[in-house]
Amino acid sequence: MKLLLTGGRVIDPSRNIDEKLDLLIENGFIARCDRNSVASADISQDTQTLDLTDMIIVPGLVDMHTHLREPGHEYKETILTGSEAAVTGGFTSIACMPNTKPVNDNRSVTEFILKQAAIADMARVYPVAAISRNSEGTLLTEFGDLHEAGAVAYSDDGLPVMNSRLMRSALEYAHSLAVPVISHCEDLNLSKGGHMNEGIISTELGLTGIPSVAEDVMVERDIALAAFTNTSVHIAHVSTAGSVEAIRRAKDKGVRVTAETAPHYFTLTDEFLRSFSTNAKMYPPLRSHEDTAAIKQGLRDGTIDAIASDHAPHSSIEKDVEFMFAASGIIGMETSLAICLKLVDEGILSLSQLIEKMTTAPAAILNIAGGTLAAGSVADVTVIDPRRKWTIDVSRFRSKSRNSPYNGWQVKGKTILTIVGGVIKYRDI
Amino acid sequence: MKLSKKDILGIKELSQDEIHLILDTAESFLEVSTRKIKKVPTLRGKTVINFFVEASTRTRTSFEIAGKRLSADTVNISASTSSLVKGETLTDTAKTLEAMNPDIIVIRHSAAGAPHMLARLVRQSIINAGDGAHEHPTQALLDMMTIRMEKGTLRGLNVAIIGDIAHSRVARSNILGLTMMGANVTVCGPAMMIPRDVVKLSVRVSYHMEQAVKDADIIMMLRIQLERQNDNFFPSDREYARYYCLNSNNIRLAKPDVLVMHPGPINRGIEIAPDIADGAQSLILKQVTNGVAVRMALLYLLAGGEE
Amino acid sequence: MSSEEGNAMKTAKTVMDADGIERSLTRIASEILEENKGVQDLVIIGIQKGGVSLAKRIAQKISKSEKSAVPFGILDITLYRDDILTSNKKPKLGITDISFSLDNKKIILVDDVLFTGRTIRAAMDALMDFGRPKLIRLAVLIDRGHRELPIRADFVGKNLPSSLWEEVAVHLTESDGVDEVIIEEG
Repeated sequence: MKLLLTGGRVIDPSRNIDEKLDLLIENGFIARCDRNSVASADISQDTQTLDLTDMIIVPGLVDMHTHLREPGHEYKETILTGSEAAVTGGFTSIACMPNTKPVNDNRSVTEFILKQAAIADMARVYPVAAISRNSEGTLLTEFGDLHEAGAVAYSDDGLPVMNSRLMRSALEYAHSLAVPVISHCEDLNLSKGGHMNEGIISTELGLTGIPSVAEDVMVERDIALAAFTNTSVHIAHVSTAGSVEAIRRAKDKGVRVTAETAPHYFTLTDEFLRSFSTNAKMYPPLRSHEDTAAIKQGLRDGTIDAIASDHAPHSSIEKDVEFMFAASGIIGMETSLAICLKLVDEGILSLSQLIEKMTTAPAAILNIAGGTLAAGSVADVTVIDPRRKWTIDVSRFRSKSRNSPYNGWQVKGKTILTIVGGVIKYRDI
Repeated sequence: MKLSKKDILGIKELSQDEIHLILDTAESFLEVSTRKIKKVPTLRGKTVINFFVEASTRTRTSFEIAGKRLSADTVNISASTSSLVKGETLTDTAKTLEAMNPDIIVIRHSAAGAPHMLARLVRQSIINAGDGAHEHPTQALLDMMTIRMEKGTLRGLNVAIIGDIAHSRVARSNILGLTMMGANVTVCGPAMMIPRDVVKLSVRVSYHMEQAVKDADIIMMLRIQLERQNDNFFPSDREYARYYCLNSNNIRLAKPDVLVMHPGPINRGIEIAPDIADGAQSLILKQVTNGVAVRMALLYLLAGGEE
Repeated sequence: MSSEEGNAMKTAKTVMDADGIERSLTRIASEILEENKGVQDLVIIGIQKGGVSLAKRIAQKISKSEKSAVPFGILDITLYRDDILTSNKKPKLGITDISFSLDNKKIILVDDVLFTGRTIRAAMDALMDFGRPKLIRLAVLIDRGHRELPIRADFVGKNLPSSLWEEVAVHLTESDGVDEVIIEEG
């Protein structure tokens, strides 16, 4: 079984390729994607050929920060619906955070997630295991056993590790196993009781604010710990100018820190909260214009390595309530690409730079397959129609949840083909 | 003249002209409460639901009296809510209330934005009787009415608002209203109680009582919640009273004809000295009287048929 | 104003001048005194807005001739109107100022024009909320007919048969700078 994609513009940041090339997939792997055009000898009777003229072919997108809610909150999302949402949005690989019920803090939960992902058979699903047991921030989980079971990273995402001693141990132990630690940076004492960014808008609305320093001080701490222990750390969902500045300074000094941000942290600000929309409520919160500008600068100069959606499904039960009582988080896998393409339109990033942050970089940070179209790699491929205009309509989402602030937005650029391991998982041609 | 809106959600949504209309109407309504029969038939057959999801005696009573003096049928519904233990959701309650066909729903809620949510959910007019630390528009309107009646105008007056600005919906609505009407507003309190970027609301900030009340025409004291010391918003009631209690010493720095206001209930000896609260300069009870008139005016202006 | 509008301007006709108004009020004042046999228990209430100045003048005439002040009050009937809830547009509330008891008083209610009778119905309901008067009499400068309620005036300055589409306007010096009654085609 062979699949030949012809006529498309191939962008492969892993090899600095951006040109019109043919791409041949054979037995689930990339057989050929280079300047030597595919010879007729390579094409057999069972070769399916797709003409992708005017389309963009990129390594399958990687979303390194999602919440799939299974086990425990299957009414919000399941591994099946979440991975369907992933391929619809062009993601061939997704990492899922451990804040399920029970928490993914032991081999049995990790194995369960992988089993459900295999049954779903859509995107590749990579479990992120908890740093501490039940993510309570006191006792380390079994990093080695969890890694062997298939966990690709450790994080107490949603619940920051307040105990610096525990964080130090996590960084050192994970480093010895060559597995990354993903840090949700938030000082819980500073953010206590907060519902939104602290600033003029929170002052006007009378809502308790979450100051940007609640993030900044923890980013600084984690950088200091990584530097001191000579390990690495990955900063999740960067939302503040202070974080960007700290990470930039650390990288300049050679500290092994990587960082991701999410589309809403460079497209939306706390102004959006004026309507008390619960779909604008998330942790970290939407920040100010100064912060979004700094995030864009961080993306442009490479301070921020990756973009992840922080896909966090919630049902109407958690969201159709008073703002103060609403759960935090928004879904993003089905909107991420279209929203991120605005960065290219605005001239912040080249298309190649954007694709790197959405596939090659996160694949490298997580040390997983994909992120490249080099011959011999897994055939995870996403095809984008860069001119397709469409309207975001949450009622048509594959995700079980509808909590998106982007509903109704007119956007340009859409996934039209998602191939995982050589098999077409999503097609909109 | 008419209000351009279905709901009174906050001072933020009102224009100067609308505020003047409301205050003029309220002043006319003052007389009704002085009659032998304190009732006019204007809202006969209209139903006003006072939906209070946060304890309140004075505001609820004020709205209830206002409705009754206009001959509306007023119904009080109390509910309690917390983020953890909740009964029926606001959405479900809203739909239930709507199905009973009231004409106006007055809502008090501990969550900022709850009246706005209710206004989106139901077709009836909504009056915000206080939402979290966000807005308390009827309080600000009655305060502005009281000041305007005493001083003849709001424009150019020096108004000092003293106390827990961060947690006060009364402060927010008054800041918005008074600055819109041309008053010079100074907010004052312990640094922890001054919310971030509040100067962007066109107010002056001071941490010193003497500075804040200097040359003031109006001093508006806010109620302090004593349990806030558990969250380090102030060290102790003793220290708070020492620096932020309005008394016969610091009031001398204000203009000789300064008037003192407080939304009540007052903590005697903590935010205001008893002789000041009960003194000739105190407008506290006039505020309460005017509150009924302002609420009558709003019910009158909002109730009405379809055009 | 454009010339078209100028040409189409309603034709206005003066039906009562300043002297006519003065004579009518003098006559009404003396009729009131004659019927009441003096100022005993008499109070004069003017209806906002048109009746207030007329009521004040009548009260002054009575006080002058009897050398004894007659209590004078102002009544705004907006809150008693029967059409108050049929429109979102709310009439501006006027001041009501009746600073004396109406119990067992003989009230002379004064308005400028008596038309459908609905204003007077509202006024009588309002007065009842201030006390229990002994009687209420109605004095109007103009009665233009077209009653919709069983109400009649006791003292009338001038009966002015009119069409429904005509407008009767009473202008008084206090508010309009001139004393006159005009009728114009609506």
